[in-house]
Amino acid sequence: MSKFLEVKNLSVSFPTEDGLVKASNDVSYSVDLGETLAIVGESGSGKSVSNLAIMGLHNPTMTQISGSAWLNLPDGPIDVISAPAEKVRRLRGKVMSMIFQDPMSALHPYYSVGNQIAEAWSLYNDGSKRDGMARAAEMLDLVGIPSAKDRVKDFPHQFSGGMRQRVMIAMALVNNPSLLIADEPTTALDVTVQSQILKLIQEIQKEFNMAVILITHDLGVVAEVADKVCVMYGGKIVENAGIDEIFYRSQHPYTIGLLDSIPRVDKLGSHRLKAIPGQPPSLIGLPTGCAFAPRCEFVSQVAGSLCTTQNPDLSEKTTGHFSRCFLEPEQIVTLTGRKASAK
Amino acid sequence: MLKYISRRLLYTVILLLLVSLSIFYIFDLIPVDPARLVCSKSCTTALVEANRHRLGLDVSVLEQWWRFIQGLFQGRTYGEGGIKDIYCGAPSFGYSFNRHACVSTIMAEAFPITLSLTIGAFIMWLSIGISLGILAARKKGKFADRASTAFVLIGTSLPTFITGIMVVLFIVLKFHLVNPLELGDWQNPFTNPLGWLRTFFFPCATLAIAYAATYTRFTRSNILEISTEDYIRTARAKGLSEKVILRKHTLRAALAPIVTIAGLDFAGLLGGAIITEGIFGLSGLGKLSIKAVTQTYDLPIIVATTLVGSAFVVIMNLIVDVAYAYIDPRVRTT
Repeated sequence: MSKFLEVKNLSVSFPTEDGLVKASNDVSYSVDLGETLAIVGESGSGKSVSNLAIMGLHNPTMTQISGSAWLNLPDGPIDVISAPAEKVRRLRGKVMSMIFQDPMSALHPYYSVGNQIAEAWSLYNDGSKRDGMARAAEMLDLVGIPSAKDRVKDFPHQFSGGMRQRVMIAMALVNNPSLLIADEPTTALDVTVQSQILKLIQEIQKEFNMAVILITHDLGVVAEVADKVCVMYGGKIVENAGIDEIFYRSQHPYTIGLLDSIPRVDKLGSHRLKAIPGQPPSLIGLPTGCAFAPRCEFVSQVAGSLCTTQNPDLSEKTTGHFSRCFLEPEQIVTLTGRKASAK
Repeated sequence: MLKYISRRLLYTVILLLLVSLSIFYIFDLIPVDPARLVCSKSCTTALVEANRHRLGLDVSVLEQWWRFIQGLFQGRTYGEGGIKDIYCGAPSFGYSFNRHACVSTIMAEAFPITLSLTIGAFIMWLSIGISLGILAARKKGKFADRASTAFVLIGTSLPTFITGIMVVLFIVLKFHLVNPLELGDWQNPFTNPLGWLRTFFFPCATLAIAYAATYTRFTRSNILEISTEDYIRTARAKGLSEKVILRKHTLRAALAPIVTIAGLDFAGLLGGAIITEGIFGLSGLGKLSIKAVTQTYDLPIIVATTLVGSAFVVIMNLIVDVAYAYIDPRVRTT
């Protein structure tokens, strides 16, 4: 119990007419103040749902949540999964904040950006509306919106996508939260704007010593900002390690496939990008065995068709490096033809 | 904004001129000769022609229309310059030979009835419809939601001529809540509010039921739709309570489109609620126009009621557009 956020065995499922959708299955991770955890995976891999559960943003009537997520607050730890909804609401925006994928639709079109930031501020601070607007201008300035004082009264539609994401960040940070969950914050933005936003999040994290969870499907984004990485597939964590371990000594065939599918500037010559064949699995009634087995190029390397009959555990392959695969690190090295200590 | 409004006002005037012109042409096509209608039993061709001249129907349709427009601004005199001349002051909508009165006088009597009926019904249906819609959305799938759905089904499928007749039957004739002889009496709501309430409450309620049902459904579905918007999730992520989210964030966006339909429904009713007025014996614009169209072929009254009705719709449209710009900043012209 030392990390700021400790998620343990968190499962989130949605009952539907076709069956129980296990969107996030027995997920555990932790992140400390000043640390950035990246959660990587394809669409539908369960990246967002566990974090929405931490924020308490799931509709309780349509969701089944089990497990725990402990926030180690100065006045004692609290499990936000089992805590009363009203208590969790009072942590939202103050201790933990979230920014979302599409800044175009995440801001209320009828209220000025200053108004929306001031609203978040006045929830936890005493002060007049004018104080709130002044604070909003301060925050807009902090997130790098030019002539912030003149723009507080502008409406979201008067800002570009990148600027709106900055507004969202300003709003999320107005009460100095300790945990920021960024759910694909750059997916809807131009590449140039993407790196600006990432840099901004990084700077602000340093300034306020926040814990940051970055949910993304973009490994380029991960490489830029993360300290640790969780790779998710089919609602489960398949690999969990520090950033260098993930990029240079990845243990799971899925992570290896992901890395192979990124275009790289340092590899000269023209060759086709390697794609992972097949489709992500349906989260209703997952087959026995490894969820990635149908798409895995190394399935034949594991003896006794173990991959299709038994689900591997998330086991520590090397110190601090967890992978959900039957293959051992040495096998991976020979199979991928990678030098063991390539850097 | 001012430029926009003045341009719209200009369009409004042009539109109303065109509406009035088409009414004159349509009336000309009706196979009924008003000149013959006002003629008594001893009708001769000469008499009919004299009548036609007196009614102002012996000139071209365009000329008739032009005289009407002039009359609107200058007032109009009917007759040959003798002592029997009739003068209707501006704005003159013409003279009804059928009712022997200036149309503007007749309209001035009928309009307060329609206006108070409309306002009363409007307040009722807005308050019932919106609050029921909010309730149904908040209790989605529960008893309150089902009950309001039942109300919506009944309200939308029962025409006012059924609800109106049932109201008259039960409230007036069976339970004697209103004296049948008082039904349809005009009472000034400012000098005699209780009297007005007695004669107007049930007509207003009859009208309101049908509209309230539509508004309930509209409010409910709008709230449910807005609740799934990303910015509502943002509001929740901020830590706002559900109450504040509903009041400040969801309702603001969900009720904005209601301003549009409410404005148009209101304007539409100002032209006269024909059926409701008929059932409760209220001599409003609706009753006036239906009688002029179906029984007396009273052109001046038809022109006046149609024109006034369409003027309300067009002007209310403008008001709604301007109001909408204040509600939704995205519509504002910078």
